[in-house]
Amino acid sequence: MRRFKVLKSLIRDSLDTITHGSRKYHLWMAALTFIMLVGMYCYSIQLDQGLSVTGMTDKVSWGLYISNFTFLVGVAAAAVMLVMPTYVLKDIDFKQAVLIGEGVAVAALIMCLAFVIADMGGPSVLWHMIPGIGVFNFPNSMLTWDVLVLNGYLFLNITIPFYILFRHYQGKKSKKSVYVPGAFISVFWAVAIHLVTAFLYQGLQARPFWNNALLGPRFLASAFAAGPALIILVLAIIRSYTTFKIEDKTIKKIAMVVTVAAQINLIMLISELFKEFYAPTHHSESAYYLFFGLDGKNALLPWIWTAISLNVLATVILTFHKLRNNFKVLFFACFILFIAIWIEKGFGLIVPGFIPGPYGKIAEYTPTGIEIGVTLGIWALGAFVFTILAKTAIGIEIGKLRYKK
Amino acid sequence: MSNNNKKWFSLNLGRKDKESSGSCGCGKTSGGCGSHASETTEMTDEAFAEAAINASIGEERVKDGFEQVFDVKMDRRSAFKKLTASLLIGAGAVSTSCSMISGDESKEKAQIDWEEQFKGNYKLMTDEEKQATVDRLMRSYELRTGKNISMSSKNAEDDVLFGYAFNISKCQGYMDCVNACVEENNQDRDSQMQYIRIHEMKDGKGFNFNEADDNYYHEVPAEGHFYMGTQCFHCDNPPCVEVCPVQATWREADGLVVVDYDWCVGCRYCMAACPYDGRRFNWSKPEVPEAEVNHNQHYLGNRLRKKGVMEKCTFCVQRSRAGKNPACVEACPTGARIFGNLLDPKSTIRWVLENKKVFRLKEDLGTEPKFWYFMD
Repeated sequence: MRRFKVLKSLIRDSLDTITHGSRKYHLWMAALTFIMLVGMYCYSIQLDQGLSVTGMTDKVSWGLYISNFTFLVGVAAAAVMLVMPTYVLKDIDFKQAVLIGEGVAVAALIMCLAFVIADMGGPSVLWHMIPGIGVFNFPNSMLTWDVLVLNGYLFLNITIPFYILFRHYQGKKSKKSVYVPGAFISVFWAVAIHLVTAFLYQGLQARPFWNNALLGPRFLASAFAAGPALIILVLAIIRSYTTFKIEDKTIKKIAMVVTVAAQINLIMLISELFKEFYAPTHHSESAYYLFFGLDGKNALLPWIWTAISLNVLATVILTFHKLRNNFKVLFFACFILFIAIWIEKGFGLIVPGFIPGPYGKIAEYTPTGIEIGVTLGIWALGAFVFTILAKTAIGIEIGKLRYKK
Repeated sequence: MSNNNKKWFSLNLGRKDKESSGSCGCGKTSGGCGSHASETTEMTDEAFAEAAINASIGEERVKDGFEQVFDVKMDRRSAFKKLTASLLIGAGAVSTSCSMISGDESKEKAQIDWEEQFKGNYKLMTDEEKQATVDRLMRSYELRTGKNISMSSKNAEDDVLFGYAFNISKCQGYMDCVNACVEENNQDRDSQMQYIRIHEMKDGKGFNFNEADDNYYHEVPAEGHFYMGTQCFHCDNPPCVEVCPVQATWREADGLVVVDYDWCVGCRYCMAACPYDGRRFNWSKPEVPEAEVNHNQHYLGNRLRKKGVMEKCTFCVQRSRAGKNPACVEACPTGARIFGNLLDPKSTIRWVLENKKVFRLKEDLGTEPKFWYFMD
């Protein structure tokens, strides 16, 4: 009974926190709400007329939605890079950052699920996928694995921080015996969500561009670069706008993680390029399309070369200690690395998988305004969810929110 | 050959090509055949109705629905009145759908829609359940259009495994198969969906799909070219079936790879998994003019589809399970297409497989297509 009382008070207090803030905060939330509404309007058009309002066709049947989904799974998985040292290796530095990291993971997962639902042709029969009432093609379909691991990871990332914050809210210390096992599982789980998502593509013999053994490991490397890079940026913003204390040491440690992951990612990129272009086969055509264009069709060229140059530049900057330890340079490097990987692992990965088609037909894909509207709406949703979670968590952590008996 | 058959199946939705030419169906260009006699009286009726409507609602007709409602000056009191009224109408609509007094037909329709929305996967249904859903769909069509269709739920027969062979030497690229397929299978006319693609290839280049043209608009057979058709190959080890998260697509006992259109969630994973471009997606609501609907249907085959679901060639399950050849085989004027039961040693398809040098596409992928190519 007491716990319910505390919960009720927590909900009331957090509602109070998230509805009060500075002028800038209100402007931020209003802008996000506006973008979400625009996204919902675009989605209503899509629901009404069907997916024909998007740029997708029978030739390129996955587009911006699935690209963003793939990328965001990586962002969600990256929260583990903070969880592991804090809870498992008992490195105290990360303790403040880890709640933020888990908040990012929750927001990213919600975006992932929203993108998958936006991509569905029949969202009204989505219950067919629910085990028990529907038919769940497990273990044959990798998509069912993905449904399981994503929702499981979402559960872990909600419950662990919730337990810790719930204890802190009452002014108690959280018990290690409760959350450390959960943290342990989530470490393995994070690797699983990303590997399973890679297997979704890797397992298709029809698409040689995806059907290579490096796809999974490369997903992990790029995720562990882009995710923590985003977390560094978020921490930088939180540090300058709230009294929440994040030490330089913490950011420097995360920067180290980003650096190593970005270096490994670059090595894998070189390995992939070597394989595709040293002895090109029929199966290298998608890579040719992506990097050089085929038959005068080259819509992705500016994107992928931007991504590659940003990627190399960021990795070089991060590699030098002097540059990395200068925070202004670090934030810049993190930002361009994030953009680079969003391009490369988003539509730079998904779209060329369909080009050329099974019989060599080259049909390009350009997203429509409605598709972009829905995509922006979902990103705004993610930012909105994260802001709410972070504001409450910070309120509890700095002791502003406390249970009054 | 096939002079009258267009390559594309052009739409006839409300477009009046014949009328606009000024000639009449009897063939004469000037009046006097008699079929236009009633037109004059019709016109006066229409004109009368026009005048009557103009007199009663006047300028509201010029504005569209949105403007009629919102482009009106009103004070707060009447605005609230109207809001309340519309709320009552909405509540009324909800109550009629559940009420005892409303029409039997609309109630029946609601009942059917409800049961259809929450029915199970066809693959797992018993024969009675299959029959029930087919009955519901037929009744629903009757309620909506006033016309009858026949829909079968015939299961695969024992000792039947369907296979297909394509004679590259014979095909001349007429595309009669494509037309027949669209007519038979009620594909969406708006997007000109086609299951079959005919690839025009240059002699001396081999089977070079990259340089082939599957979208030609010239007289065939074109000099120095040969033709090759592709469609769903009904693989024995179909990758599309493996990846479906809800088992909305599966391989039937007679080898047909089918889709339950009502169970499909529209994720398009099967489309990405198919190495043969065998699957099509309904990006918007499929449109088939009522006059062109093929009324002889099968649940797994050519029944009308809806928005946001996958579909594909079923070797015309409504025909093949009734002992007939698929529409493409029947329509082919050159005899390039051969269809039959692989388990029947006396069938033509078996003769082809045993006596011709046959091959299949992308055999290295391990999909085991049941679609062979051969040459004379």
